Amino acid sequence: MAYDKFTVIKSTAVPLPNENVDTDQIIPARFLKATERVGFGDNLFRDWRYDVEGNPKKDFVLNDSTYTGKILIAGRNFGSGSSREHAVWALYDYGFRAVVSSFFADIFKNNCLNIGVLPVTISAAFADKLFEAIASNPETEIEIDLPAQKITLLSTGESESFDINEYKKENMKHGFDDIDYLLNMSNEIDAFVANK
Amino acid sequence: MEKTTLFDKIWDAHVVKSVPAGPDVFFIDKHFIHEVTSPVAFLNLETRGIGVKYPERTIATPDHNVPTIHQDQTIKDQLSRMQVQRLRDNCSRYGIELHDLGSAHHGIVHVIGPELGITQPGMTIVCGDSHTSTHGAFGAIAFGIGTSEVEMVLATQCIMQSKAKKMRITVDGILGKGVTSKDIILYIIAEITAAGATGYFVEYAGSAIQSLSMEARMTICNMSIEMGARGGLIAPDETTFNYLEGKRYSPKGEEWDQTVAHWKTLKTDEGAVFDIEYQFDAADIEPMITYGTNPGMGIKVKGTIPTTEGMEGSNKTSYLKSLAYMGFEAGEPIKGKLVDYVFVGSCTNGRIEDIRSVAEFVKGHKKADNITAWIVPGSREVEKMAHEEGLVKILEEAGFELRQPGCSACLAMNDDKIPSGKYAVSTSNRNFEGRQGPGARTMLASPLTVAAVAVTGRICDPRDVFEN
Repeated sequence: MAYDKFTVIKSTAVPLPNENVDTDQIIPARFLKATERVGFGDNLFRDWRYDVEGNPKKDFVLNDSTYTGKILIAGRNFGSGSSREHAVWALYDYGFRAVVSSFFADIFKNNCLNIGVLPVTISAAFADKLFEAIASNPETEIEIDLPAQKITLLSTGESESFDINEYKKENMKHGFDDIDYLLNMSNEIDAFVANK
Repeated sequence: MEKTTLFDKIWDAHVVKSVPAGPDVFFIDKHFIHEVTSPVAFLNLETRGIGVKYPERTIATPDHNVPTIHQDQTIKDQLSRMQVQRLRDNCSRYGIELHDLGSAHHGIVHVIGPELGITQPGMTIVCGDSHTSTHGAFGAIAFGIGTSEVEMVLATQCIMQSKAKKMRITVDGILGKGVTSKDIILYIIAEITAAGATGYFVEYAGSAIQSLSMEARMTICNMSIEMGARGGLIAPDETTFNYLEGKRYSPKGEEWDQTVAHWKTLKTDEGAVFDIEYQFDAADIEPMITYGTNPGMGIKVKGTIPTTEGMEGSNKTSYLKSLAYMGFEAGEPIKGKLVDYVFVGSCTNGRIEDIRSVAEFVKGHKKADNITAWIVPGSREVEKMAHEEGLVKILEEAGFELRQPGCSACLAMNDDKIPSGKYAVSTSNRNFEGRQGPGARTMLASPLTVAAVAVTGRICDPRDVFEN
């Protein structure tokens, strides 16, 4: 469904350098029992964020008010495992509009692009720089410019460009989803089926 | 003529249109749905005021959240009950074939598709579940999708995806006694790592793969996603055709012969180029088990947990966090560790062959006192065969608890949860933190290794137990 347009965001960021964060951590299976897309942000990183009694775990970054923002800087191989789109719904619902990592799992990345969370793939060296900058000053702002395909660490001006295909980029800029495109192709799809 | 791979042949035949500087509009032959990842897709169709374009191409079954006891009664958990009811309502409203709880072909979506002969060579198959890669065992392009894509398939029978890169993994040679297809795939993932095939579609080839049954091939393709691959497939051959002949949805009579003639053309041309190739020797593979919190963290059962030598930064921190979660030390052997639960089931190893191998192994023995042993057939059909073949009796005498079909403790959406801190050796596919219940510690292994662990109560190599 339609989502908020994405052009340029400038924000502080939340660091989560753990590697191989799978979608079961982003949202555990027992919180997938909804029939509507509401309230997933409350259970984002549920078992890392809360103990069994539901009390916030002090050492988890989302419970540390020092770190806030619309950008999540994640470790390598983020979003592996289950195809659950609920993981991205939870990130979006919590307030993240972009996830930055040196390596994303495939299905997760697709899911992000389909619902308006921008996955930004950067070099491992630039990721280290971002983690260091945020560690030394949590107020550090990062700018993600989708039209220019550029991510910039504003405190130093260092930047890196990132890849996204032109089609998905236009979709994100306008808040369109693939269904609009596919519905317009109905006749071509019928012709394809007739020729199979 | 250009030499192409099996993956190219199937993919290219399903491209409706290539979007300039974008993905392909990719046609889907068969679409499986279940209760957890489909309700929001249907809700969105309703909001948009559109219907299901080709309802006959979608097949549904509730599997993820269903209880595995008292399936004839109303589901106790309110949210689960609502999700299952919503699936029923949506199927009835849009005319979608549903294999409901209690019906003859109810089961895990990736078990019933092949059983019914819905899964066939050369097809494109998707489902809102990452283990859809299972169906690749038949020489199909099959992969998991998100709910937005479930909606796309319902509305248009297409999704928009870019073609993956191509990887071939060849395993030649003869497997040793006590070594199974689960050990092959755990070995491959440990070698390639949990992210090593990301961005690729894998073709499995070689004499060791060709020698496997369809059930064993499904186990391998099923776990392709655990090394990050979009999916995995195996070229169809006589084993495939024999499995499919006579299945409910398989072609019949003259059509069968014509179809098989076409299926025989579905293979990678000699000399076709892959983006990357790996080669393994079956003789190097031994019974495997995982010790950490992703499926790439696997070792030989007789091996030791790797040390942190050569690791640094977040790599080392993540590794130590994983071992701390599991309660293990770097450098120690895994053999001999006490276990609390064993789980036989899931879309990875919940088929009849898996249950046969466990029953054969434990026949005339008892599970150890410290073990709770659950066995959950992948489908009603598997359950029925297990009864008819006398396997259930053997397993119950050995102290296993047989439950009803569903995903069960693989992802613990229902009540089949491993308690916090307890160790489970499981035939399923994921050992992520909390996967089998909050705080649960999962070790993945083959059905044979799980059977041996059930009897001895400790991590052990099945080849060392019952030497007869």
